[in-house]
Amino acid sequence: MESVARSQSATGPDAPVSSDSTLIYRQSRWTRLTHWIWAISLFFMLLSGLQIFNARPQLYIGKQSGFGYNNTIFEIGAENTSAGPRGYTEIFGHRFDTTGVLGWSGPPGNETARGFPSWATIPSYYDLGTARVVHFFFAWILTTTLIVWLVASLVNGHIRRDLAPRLDDLKRLPRDIVDHAKLKFHHTREYNTLQKMAYGGVLFVLLPLMIITGLAMSPSMNSVLPFLNEVLGGRQTARTIHFTVMLLLVGFFIIHILMILAAGPINELRSIITGWYRTDPPAHDDETTERSA
Amino acid sequence: MAKFEISRRKFLTAASLGASGIMLSGCDAFDGQLSIGGGLRSFLENANGLTYRAQRLLAGRDALAPEFTEADIRQAQRPNGVTAPDDDTYKGLLANNFADWRLEVSGLVEKPLSLSREQLQNMPSRTQITRHDCVEGWSCIAKWTGTPLSLVLDQAVVKPQARYVMFHCLDTIDRSLSGDIKYYGTIDLIDARHPQTILAYGLNGKPLPVENGAPLRVRVERQLGYKMPKYLYKIELVDGFANVGGGRGGYWEDNGYDWYGGI
Repeated sequence: MESVARSQSATGPDAPVSSDSTLIYRQSRWTRLTHWIWAISLFFMLLSGLQIFNARPQLYIGKQSGFGYNNTIFEIGAENTSAGPRGYTEIFGHRFDTTGVLGWSGPPGNETARGFPSWATIPSYYDLGTARVVHFFFAWILTTTLIVWLVASLVNGHIRRDLAPRLDDLKRLPRDIVDHAKLKFHHTREYNTLQKMAYGGVLFVLLPLMIITGLAMSPSMNSVLPFLNEVLGGRQTARTIHFTVMLLLVGFFIIHILMILAAGPINELRSIITGWYRTDPPAHDDETTERSA
Repeated sequence: MAKFEISRRKFLTAASLGASGIMLSGCDAFDGQLSIGGGLRSFLENANGLTYRAQRLLAGRDALAPEFTEADIRQAQRPNGVTAPDDDTYKGLLANNFADWRLEVSGLVEKPLSLSREQLQNMPSRTQITRHDCVEGWSCIAKWTGTPLSLVLDQAVVKPQARYVMFHCLDTIDRSLSGDIKYYGTIDLIDARHPQTILAYGLNGKPLPVENGAPLRVRVERQLGYKMPKYLYKIELVDGFANVGGGRGGYWEDNGYDWYGGI
């Protein structure tokens, strides 16, 4: 992909003052388009997925769900107490009161027993069938988009140029962590090490794992790919991994948004909408010069 | 509840960002569009057809669901849905230990059948240890014994225009203005003739208990539990869903589940 840079003066009067900073074409149209399709898909998959989870708000380890024995590692539920119904969440046997959010929630006086609250599910009311329709529709969109992105990014060099880790990245890692902790950001054409790890981790580990564990839960796909559940540790373990990866993706999303807000939301949003990104003035930062060269 | 309101607002702020600026007033924003027959719902349901075709393409006719070992049977089969039918007909048959029960095979067949329990059990049987996956998300492994459905179909001689097998059940699953609704469902002839599709009368080495569908239930091992009706009394060969309940192919399908429960 072309790496176009143009001088400040060319951008017109609305551009900020620093005469050293430059706008560069950082994100190809493939990256931008797939980014936003993922954003929409993941939004719907998350909220419909939480609705699906509510049908059985428990996670197990192994091939099956323990009813005559205990292999439950996570549970959201409701119970009657002397203080009225309470919601609870139990993780590895440790129980937490989560009334109002998990287990027991709803408008005051109209609370109901439900895993995730209605504001976090699509539809807002309990409807497993509809949630499945939404979930599988966006599963196709998400998977197709991932394949399109993979092909485009191999062809246009995005993976090789921007995401592939280099020895240099390893050396930069400690400083990168310190810089992020201090919210000190370098605006360069290249991703820093933590960005590479985060984006690469989502695109090459988390999303594929989501698709694989999703397929592993399908009884029909089990007849085609019986080894999937054997590798993953059983269908219920696959379901637990599916849920855990969801948590990791939500964690990524939160950090992603925070980093964008901290690094300059206008510049970051412009680059993922139009492709154009304002880099730091090179003269003031040797590192940037070196990396952007 | 102030806390609740704040977290809701925070969540929506984040959600709006995630949905690329689609403005949401809450997750009930989509509710009206998502009921059966709604425009958005119907559009999204197109993906069900794609999912179905992809599974059929990959799994083909005869790929087998995984089978397990005796060691994997660690508990009783979890019953679900109706577990004790309150229907007089059923209770009468049960009182007599199903001696008067018959399995009717009718519809688009050359030779309609009426089989007693004994006749079914005298046919060749298949025993399989399989994992039952409920649409809700849980799984349970059990050993099922029954008559392959294909043998019953062969005996009845299916007419060429038949496309689906409809299961009629004795249990009332729902009540409506027009009366009680007994459970019903359909599978196509590919699944009906799949080697692991059996009419099960035995569970874990014993006669099928009432809570699991006595005297006879279907096992369709490449699909989810709602595709395996219990308390069977009639198998009808049909050419479409026009006369099947609400027209979507089954009780749960009429309530929004996808007809092909393979995922």
